Amino acid sequence: MPHLTTYIGLADHSEKTLADSFRAAAEGHAHVADVFHICQMFAEWSEDNREALAPIIQRYGEADDVDEPERLHAAGLAETRKGEVGLLRDLQDLHVLATLVQTTWTVIAQGAQGLRDRDLLEVAQHAGDQTSRQLTWLNTRMKQAAPQALIVAP
Amino acid sequence: MTDRIADIYGLRTPHAKGTVWPARVDQYLDPGTEERDVESWVQSACLLCSNGCGMDIAVKDGRMVGVRGRATDVVNHGRLGPKGLYGSTRWASAGDRLTRPLVREGGRLVETDWDTAMGRIVEKSRALLDEKGPLSHGFYTSGQLFLEEYYTLAVIGKAGLGTPHMDGNTRLCTATSAAAFKESFGADGQPGSYTDIEHCDAIFLYGHNMPETQTVLWMRILDRTRGDDPPRIVCVDPRRTLVALEAERTGGVHLAPRVGTNLALMNGLTRELFEHGWVDDDWVAARTLGVDELRSTVEEWTPEKVADVCGVDADDVRRAARIFGESEGVLSTVLQGFYQSHQATAASVAVHNLHLLRGMIGRPGAGILQMNGQPTAQNNRECGADGDLPGFRNWDNPTHVQQLADAWDVDVMTIPHWAPPTHAMQIFSYAEAGSIGLLWISATNPAVSMPESARIRRILDGDQCFVIVQDLFLTETAELADVVLPAAGWGEKTGCFTNVNRTVHLSEKAVEPPGEARSDLDIFLMYADAMGFTNSSGQPLIGWRTPEEAFDAWAAVTAGRPVDYTGLSYDKLRGLSGIPWPVNEEHPDGTDRLYADAVFPTDTDYCETYGHDLATGGTVTETEHRAMNPAGRAFLKGAAYTPAHEEPSENFPLLYTTGRTVYHFHTRTKTGRSGDLNRAAPDAWVELSAADAAARGIEEGDWVRVASPRGAIEVRARVGNVMAGAVFAPFHYGHWEPGADLGGGHDDANRRLANELTMTVWDPVSKQPTFKTAACQVTRLRAGDGPSPAPTTTASAPDTDRPPPAPQRRPRATQGGKPTTSTQPPATPYYLLDPSQPPERASTSSFAEGDR
Ligand code: SF4
Repeated sequence: MPHLTTYIGLADHSEKTLADSFRAAAEGHAHVADVFHICQMFAEWSEDNREALAPIIQRYGEADDVDEPERLHAAGLAETRKGEVGLLRDLQDLHVLATLVQTTWTVIAQGAQGLRDRDLLEVAQHAGDQTSRQLTWLNTRMKQAAPQALIVAP
Repeated sequence: MTDRIADIYGLRTPHAKGTVWPARVDQYLDPGTEERDVESWVQSACLLCSNGCGMDIAVKDGRMVGVRGRATDVVNHGRLGPKGLYGSTRWASAGDRLTRPLVREGGRLVETDWDTAMGRIVEKSRALLDEKGPLSHGFYTSGQLFLEEYYTLAVIGKAGLGTPHMDGNTRLCTATSAAAFKESFGADGQPGSYTDIEHCDAIFLYGHNMPETQTVLWMRILDRTRGDDPPRIVCVDPRRTLVALEAERTGGVHLAPRVGTNLALMNGLTRELFEHGWVDDDWVAARTLGVDELRSTVEEWTPEKVADVCGVDADDVRRAARIFGESEGVLSTVLQGFYQSHQATAASVAVHNLHLLRGMIGRPGAGILQMNGQPTAQNNRECGADGDLPGFRNWDNPTHVQQLADAWDVDVMTIPHWAPPTHAMQIFSYAEAGSIGLLWISATNPAVSMPESARIRRILDGDQCFVIVQDLFLTETAELADVVLPAAGWGEKTGCFTNVNRTVHLSEKAVEPPGEARSDLDIFLMYADAMGFTNSSGQPLIGWRTPEEAFDAWAAVTAGRPVDYTGLSYDKLRGLSGIPWPVNEEHPDGTDRLYADAVFPTDTDYCETYGHDLATGGTVTETEHRAMNPAGRAFLKGAAYTPAHEEPSENFPLLYTTGRTVYHFHTRTKTGRSGDLNRAAPDAWVELSAADAAARGIEEGDWVRVASPRGAIEVRARVGNVMAGAVFAPFHYGHWEPGADLGGGHDDANRRLANELTMTVWDPVSKQPTFKTAACQVTRLRAGDGPSPAPTTTASAPDTDRPPPAPQRRPRATQGGKPTTSTQPPATPYYLLDPSQPPERASTSSFAEGDR
């Protein structure tokens, strides 16, 4: 199952990137109170998903050498932008990243079904649900920010 | 003759369970005015808290000289509290009323005429519309305007300008109540009724210091707890309030959870219901959605875990849950202790969950009262001045938006419905950045009442945003404005407002406003005229001129919605007063409680919202909502507890919480101008527990500094009844100070504003700011020369379990209100819809329509 192993590695890696990016967004937009607090909470959610995955990684072993899905690798939010438009763009970047995370969990859940690996299935489904909630919030927040940012922001 | 400063609640009229609350008529007249001198009594209702007590205004020589409770009013049965008695009329004749418009010239506010002031507003407004469009305009209103004014402003904002940036200070006081209703029941609307008090076996007060916030409602409860077959009281509050004492007295429970841990406690209580089988499984299966998820959300919250996180006794959690689980009828009330605290919406929704699990809703004695802070907050929500769409319509539902477009005869694209309405904190952020270039503030004082007040003052003071303030006085906020408009107040204009249990009152004009002051309605109409807002047919957008016409226009747009006013008119509201909506063909006399049929407004095409993730605020989509097929069933929604945003640390080891006192309302604009009230609570203070005070060498009356990471205040200390580890500060006191004749003249006025310390953070769903969870430190500055100015009659009383301090520091009993009278009518009037009175009494009532 070299490819499943690779995907598990990808889940771990992209959740880490997502957690780091949420943290960067929180710090970069610290004056936007809701973004600051929710992004910090989301970073913890992503870390929790990694923690739940840890025993499974041990079981399957790491597979850093298979690099095919690495092409899916999305870059994290290294640096945040400024202002209302900047916030909108950063939220959009987070959305792209979270989408990658979510589809990764979907793919893994399918594999876990095939293998009848209940533990992995549970982890993948729960993590996928949490990622959906992150995506829903990102979408809600972008909708809220967009009109002002696009039309009036200085 | 009663001093109602000392005796806040007046004489008890105890009565047994299931019987009608007796009437008692409270009256206050200015010294030197006898009852026979009063030229007319004008029908109204009190505007000093959300209870909305029916009252008549005494008029003599063109002045308001006193008030009298309306015996036939369903809300108060004639009673009034200290604020209503002493605070209703005095402000009106205060010497510092605004009587002419002011404009800023060379950095100073100077008097001018209306044409000049309105001209400046219109010039700025037009320029911004041309340059940036409607999103450059923001409106921030109040919980103290009239329904007609909110609705008019809502139409101007949504159909005239087309801006989503409109909110009220109701965001600070009641947004969570509305949000919690929407999440559980699909739409806003108070399910319960005050008449539940007469029929319940237990009353749970969650973060609700009712004896200070709604004194007359507390009288109604006291008359039951002191009568036969009394209900037990359960109090959730970090302070040992009068509610807590009543809980102890009635064999109930006082739970004092650590500040910021309400949801953990609620999850524990919910778990107990499941554990002990106190769940009406059939009802839950038929009438609700989400029970399995809720069960798993609360599963980990054993009483021991709750005890650990909340700092309460595990057995007290069990006892409280048992009272809930074994009572026939429970009435729950909720206020700022939940709304302004961490995880506000989730904790308030959890109260609904408890009722839904037991099927305890929609019958006398089994009710929920999510309270409001301010008297007309309800109308702000109904009319859409808080950003929502009028009539509890769903901004995400194109059919609902079209209904409004049709009613107003405008293009549906004009109405801002593409995104959630902008909440107050966001409006101020946009004003800070200058992307809102015109901010219009009516009848509220954000420079004192908003969190992190130094930042708010900076925003209002800056050049990036043009600020208009319309108010009765030159408040701390008005001082920073570019244009100040003098407004007529209560008693000086006509209009309606609706109290916290849906009861609508008409308040008639009793006297003329001073100088050139105009009603808020007239000011908004003047702006609409000057801007020339028209509908698609080229007619003026606002087709009304008088309050009554505005009311009728409002009633018309509520047709078919939960908040149905179509059966109400000014005529109907005169006489036997206080009619709860919905009032329509089906319910011509109004509706005492909602959901008697257990059908909730959750249908996808009918609901006010599709709902949110309680932890994040992410919105549920229409498709997701439809897939759940709620079809009139209520939602059971849970959320995981998370620790507060700011936990105590080494530098800030104490938890800071803010609140109110019985003698003041809001930022004291009115109550501070009544000598009786102001002398009772003349200056700010901070309450500390005996242990925390001793650890810092602080004694009663010492001057202390209270600091958080954001700011500090310097006030006197009351060693009081707050739980160890927490401190309490009243939020009413800004730098405005009344004269010495009213008990004012304190020189600490620039260092006492409680909101200097609070955080800019809000609940993800209701967007209500969190005033009650910040970390702080208290240090002693110097000895005081007497006791602290905190009242002794209420939760701020000194700690009675300790030996009293030295004589010169010993708090003096709060007293000194002018004489008032209380009389009991020979027979209790008939109250329409009251389940304690059989309907046939209507014809035999000794009170004919129109009596009082
Ligand atoms: S309880 Fe509220 S409404 Fe009633 S008199 Fe007191 S302040 Fe006024």
